[in-house]
Amino acid sequence: MSGQRRRVVVTGVGAVTPLAVGARASWEALLSGRSGIAPITLYDHSQHDVHIAGEVKNFDAGQHLDRREAKRMDRFTQLAMVAANEAIADARLDFAKEDTARVGVVVGTGIGGITEIEEQKERLMTKGPGRVSPFLIPKLMANAAAGQISIRHKLRGPNFCIVTACASGANSLEAALRLVQYGLCDLVISGGTEAAVTPLGMAGFANMGALSKRGGDPAKASRPFDKDRDGFVMGEGAGIVVLEEFEHAARRDARMYAELAGCGLSGDGFHITAPAEDGDGGIRSMLGALADAGLRAEDVDYINSHGTSTPFNDKVETLAIKKALGERAYRIAVNSTKSMTGHTLGAAGGIEAVVVALSIASDRVHPTINRETPDPDCDLDYVVEGARAMTVRAALSNSLGFGGHNATLAFKKVKR
Amino acid sequence: MTTQEIQDKVVEIIAKQLEIEKEKVKPETKIAEDLGADSLDRAEMVMDLEDEFDVNIPDDAETKIKTVGDTVAFIEAEMKKKGS
Repeated sequence: MSGQRRRVVVTGVGAVTPLAVGARASWEALLSGRSGIAPITLYDHSQHDVHIAGEVKNFDAGQHLDRREAKRMDRFTQLAMVAANEAIADARLDFAKEDTARVGVVVGTGIGGITEIEEQKERLMTKGPGRVSPFLIPKLMANAAAGQISIRHKLRGPNFCIVTACASGANSLEAALRLVQYGLCDLVISGGTEAAVTPLGMAGFANMGALSKRGGDPAKASRPFDKDRDGFVMGEGAGIVVLEEFEHAARRDARMYAELAGCGLSGDGFHITAPAEDGDGGIRSMLGALADAGLRAEDVDYINSHGTSTPFNDKVETLAIKKALGERAYRIAVNSTKSMTGHTLGAAGGIEAVVVALSIASDRVHPTINRETPDPDCDLDYVVEGARAMTVRAALSNSLGFGGHNATLAFKKVKR
Repeated sequence: MTTQEIQDKVVEIIAKQLEIEKEKVKPETKIAEDLGADSLDRAEMVMDLEDEFDVNIPDDAETKIKTVGDTVAFIEAEMKKKGS
């Protein structure tokens, strides 16, 4: 089967995270074990139960984008545009030399332009329907990021957005992978983005009981796999990669970080927010990814977990990793990027794809921070002691979304 | 309000909407062709102008107002009609 499919490699990375604007700077911060969680600055949170988040700090879109361009975008699109521009520059792409009808854009988001929705709802109530901005719809729509990136770079290939909550970024990368594997595109700009640290968004997540109530020490609040974890910390950001057909990349002598070798998808068919307790969805997405990539459990050295820091996710995901990978599970480094970024929802799959690509390229794995008290239900190697230098031959990245959407991406070293 | 005062305010609103220098907005400047304002920009600008000058700029008037000077003249005429 894989013989008929074209190989797909990551040739550019871009990220905007609570740790830094830029993939390299974010990666260095992750290796050093620095938390990006801090008190909320984007709105007055005094009446809210939750006071902390992983905000992209001091983000001024006008510093990175044309001011007029930025004004026509919700924050989630601004973050995606900055990350996409970085990934495209990092891949040293010159679209004047490409058939742009064969360059796609697939960028997911979980929520879309909620900042714009809130601002315009306020205008509707205070000034009336005649004063609702004509930019409301083009800013709030979930596909705005994919559309704006294609417009900015004049890319004319397949262009869409996938919305599967916290799996949006990973689901987008799966679709992008297929576009290249099956010859519809030679290049796809793909990943995820999110900016839902807003009063409405945060109140909604808080009232679901999904968010950590630890406010006193923000850097300690996101603690995946720790016995005393009590929920996730909301994050925001964007992670975008350039996926490129292998021969196309080889011809232009592009740097290849990693090969995106396959992906497994599954649905829980169980509950709108809770994972099935037997881990069935995650097990099948991981097994699907291995089979699709032609990998055995023994080939996997690293798993970038979904690792949200909710009591349920971390327990069930650990169980799923053990059921999917058997005894090998105990010899795999399993970390959680969210221990430092918080849960960036639809951006997570994109940001974590950037992280996995850099891990494979540099043979280094970042730590999981705040795993202070072991939980008997979470008994894998979570890289708690600090960044680790280790050979990463193949790696999985899990994204498990509200709605029961599961996606596991399988990456491996590029063999020429 | 004098014509000059109206013009200064119109220039300010257009420059702010399009994130450009006020110096680029002259009476003869065509708002769509010269400044690249699309239908969404123009719709939002009309809201700001209506609020600023407390006049109504109907959709059909919008198609007749091409330049910055046209805009100032239209607003001035509307304000006279209202006796302000």
